[in-house]
Amino acid sequence: MNKSRLYFLLPVIIFGVLCIFLLRGLSLDPSAVPTALTDKNVPIFDLPALDDQTIGLASSDLGGEVSLINVFASWCLPCRVEHPLLMKMAGDGVVALHGINYKDESKDARAWLDELGDPFGRIGADRDGRVGIELGVYGVPETFVIDQSGRIRYKHIGPITQRDLDKYLLPLIEKLNQ
Amino acid sequence: MIAEFGHIALIFALTIALVQAVVPMLGAARNDERLMLVGNTAALGQWIFILIAFFALMNAYVTSDFSVANVANNSHSAKPLIYKIAGVWGNHEGSLVLWVLILSTFGGAIVLFGGNLPPALRARVLSVQALVAIGFLSFSLFTSNPFERLAPAPLDGVGLNPLLQDPGLAIHPPFLYLGYVGFSIAFAFAIAALVEGRVDAAWARWVRPWTLVAWSFLTIGIALGSWWAYYELGWGGWWFWDPVENASFMPWLAGTALLHSSIVSEKRDALKAWTILLAIVTFSLSLLGTFLVRSGVLTSVHSFASDPARGAFILGFLVIVVGGSFILFALRAPKLRSGGLFAPVSREGGMVINNLLLSAAAATVLLGTLYPLFVDALGAGKVSVGPPYFNTVFIPLMTPLILLAGIAPMLTWKRSDLAGMFARMRVALGVSFLVLFWFVYQKWGNTVFGALGMAISAWLAVAVLWDWVIRVRLLEGSLTGSFSRAIRIPRSTYGMMCAHFGVAVLVAGITASSAWKIEAIQVMEPGDSVSVAGYEYLFQGVSQTQGPNYSVDRGHFVVTRDGSLVTELWPENRFYPVQQQPTTEAGIHTRWNADLYAVVGDPDGQGGWSTRIYHNPLVVWIWLGAFIMAFGGVLSLSDRRHRIGAPRRSQDSLPISASRSRTAH
Amino acid sequence: MKIWIFTLVALLVASLSVAMAFENDSPLEDPLMESRARDLAKEIRCLVCQNQSIFDSDAALAKDLRKIVRERITLGDDNAAITEYLVARYGDFVLLKPPIKPKTYLLWFGPILIFLVAGYTVLQFFKNANKVGRKSTSLNSLERKRVKELISDTEVE
Repeated sequence: MNKSRLYFLLPVIIFGVLCIFLLRGLSLDPSAVPTALTDKNVPIFDLPALDDQTIGLASSDLGGEVSLINVFASWCLPCRVEHPLLMKMAGDGVVALHGINYKDESKDARAWLDELGDPFGRIGADRDGRVGIELGVYGVPETFVIDQSGRIRYKHIGPITQRDLDKYLLPLIEKLNQ
Repeated sequence: MIAEFGHIALIFALTIALVQAVVPMLGAARNDERLMLVGNTAALGQWIFILIAFFALMNAYVTSDFSVANVANNSHSAKPLIYKIAGVWGNHEGSLVLWVLILSTFGGAIVLFGGNLPPALRARVLSVQALVAIGFLSFSLFTSNPFERLAPAPLDGVGLNPLLQDPGLAIHPPFLYLGYVGFSIAFAFAIAALVEGRVDAAWARWVRPWTLVAWSFLTIGIALGSWWAYYELGWGGWWFWDPVENASFMPWLAGTALLHSSIVSEKRDALKAWTILLAIVTFSLSLLGTFLVRSGVLTSVHSFASDPARGAFILGFLVIVVGGSFILFALRAPKLRSGGLFAPVSREGGMVINNLLLSAAAATVLLGTLYPLFVDALGAGKVSVGPPYFNTVFIPLMTPLILLAGIAPMLTWKRSDLAGMFARMRVALGVSFLVLFWFVYQKWGNTVFGALGMAISAWLAVAVLWDWVIRVRLLEGSLTGSFSRAIRIPRSTYGMMCAHFGVAVLVAGITASSAWKIEAIQVMEPGDSVSVAGYEYLFQGVSQTQGPNYSVDRGHFVVTRDGSLVTELWPENRFYPVQQQPTTEAGIHTRWNADLYAVVGDPDGQGGWSTRIYHNPLVVWIWLGAFIMAFGGVLSLSDRRHRIGAPRRSQDSLPISASRSRTAH
Repeated sequence: MKIWIFTLVALLVASLSVAMAFENDSPLEDPLMESRARDLAKEIRCLVCQNQSIFDSDAALAKDLRKIVRERITLGDDNAAITEYLVARYGDFVLLKPPIKPKTYLLWFGPILIFLVAGYTVLQFFKNANKVGRKSTSLNSLERKRVKELISDTEVE
């Protein structure tokens, strides 16, 4: 009799477990695709300069210091939203900041940077998005944190907010610098 | 002003629901008739107030009152009227109002049509209904108020998602909700029975019509959604195992099991705990579906604005309602005494296996749908579960079920004679083997899958028809004798036959359109022609025109076969300027044996256009099959025995014992 | 020398035609390779729209990935290598058919487990139902006696 009682308890138990997962799921983002390249070396690439006002970006340029690569485009609205923060970061000189201009026209990107400011040390022009695919980029903006040995440590998906900076990026950069 | 009336109406409805949840239940416990009757008045009152709220919202849409935030966010003055109306439920807040409207309508229906229910049972059922209503009304009022005002009111709205401006999709939610919410009745009956401590054949007899209503509507709702995806999304597919599609499919699977299980409970006083559990599980899956669509826990092309705060509210509600039900089940269900015994090989046995397969199928779909969440929550990275997985695991589960559906009507209650049964199956077996060999012989490609699928479909179709032939003794002489027997077969038996036949049609459609679909993708210039499955598609180019609220690139194909004109196809690429969103409309010509389907893509910049042409064999059988199934449900519903209701419980409350003859369904 | 120039030219032409195929997202020349490309594309998830395969999606990224699939097929990669290429960059999430790894064992073996557990429950049900016997609503002899007593009691008015 007791054994069959257990059967009757199964639905509650299974449901309980399910609810724990659902609760946890509320704080997760199912559409975020985290980078598959954590702790791997930056894939080898060599991107030409945007125009003659700036220099290009290659994987060999990274290394020796902690750096950030921001993937942006002039047609991307959230990139506008995060740009002031990037300008501030460049001004503070906390970390080396580079950009990859993703699937964009040079003149549009130049106009965009002229309007909003250019925080980047180097900018690579990824016209056809191939380098983006090598990096596992699937949308803009995305930001990569790269350590001194040229390894990808973290990818931030979407525009950077102050909270993201304070909670994830700045502590990581600090940790890497030690 | 009207919007405020609507708002107040919702608040009134909530207050009434609070009363309705407590008083009738109390009345039933104390056998106090006055308290129990409060339930009736309350249910009707709740229905009327929610009706007022619903029409208030609709009024805001129809008059394009953009001071109401919901209207401003989801509508536009240039929208055609029918879509302004459909826009009421095309968004999160409005759809919740539709939800509670249907919920309260069912409650009202219990009052108006449930006169033959024992007062205590009816009172308890209405209380449970009210409990669910409280949850949704509070959800609406506290987190998703549709009547919020915007000050200052914008000049025009943001517009409705262009994908939703479509007749199929306009009526898809109401049908779907009638299904989802309809299962709340079976749920309420189950809870009421557990509280009362009694489940007998009479209870099952009352549950069945309500379950049939919900099931039929849900079948149509899912079919409409699938059909819409087929002609709207432009890639010829009709099911993607998207989380939201699964969210509607799981209650359907459980609901089908519930339907069959309640038949056994009614006829043989057995499987009571199963039936109760299935009633709870089916509605729980509906609620879970509501949660999944609105909480942002899973991605879907389909989800409403996902908001974790709202998700938390629904989850809390889910825990209380579903968790509470399962606890009640664990406490009370063991005490339910089971009646009739039966051998494994019997109709009851068949139903048990049916329950098993359908429940396993529902559980499997649930596993696949939630698995990405499991993996992510456990920090094991990300994984995605798509159609390849579902197709691989689902088909092996469904195949034995369909085979069973052919056998089951030939099984007798209590104990079946295997030898006799095999004898009766000979014709169906023979035909299906013929079909199998014929398709293998054709060698159209995908031979194993295609031939097997068609053979299984043939098996079921012939089994249903042969069952009828035997029942009316068609081959034993007098036609008039057969005719009079045919008339005397109860409608619920015809309903079953119709529904099972619909399944056969559905399976044939799925098999053929998956196995033998032909796709041709190419760049075409005006004047080019391509041949697909014996049809010549002559491309006439693309013209530009204007619709009511969109601009159109309209392609033109002239389709001929053996030189004679078959049809002309006009696929469109629309662009809605308000939402800055493009949509495609496929050009489709439906024939009984295949769909001719054409889509125009992007121009290549050199005068050519990329085009996709599909030949989809038997694809219309899919939706035809679904509608036949739903019709079977309605047919069953029209059976007099359901409308009169079960015999009243008298002093000797022994259940009406089922007749032992095979002809009784 | 001639052979060398010829090879160079051939390579150049080949790479040009391959490049043109990519530019226009048009199908490959070889129907067998093209059908392989399509079948493969149907098993890869579009990361932008997320609930379509890259074959069905109109998104720019889907187009790019289709190009890569066709390119790799032309270069001679087998299906496993191509999926590995994408998984290395995007993770397992990019596959519509989840790989069979420890973290997906439960997913792939789950349905069979569910079926077996449910089947076991059913078997137990059949065993118990017929063993437990007449727990029906009819009265046993003691109860019958009690009823008789009660009836005879009430009959005495």
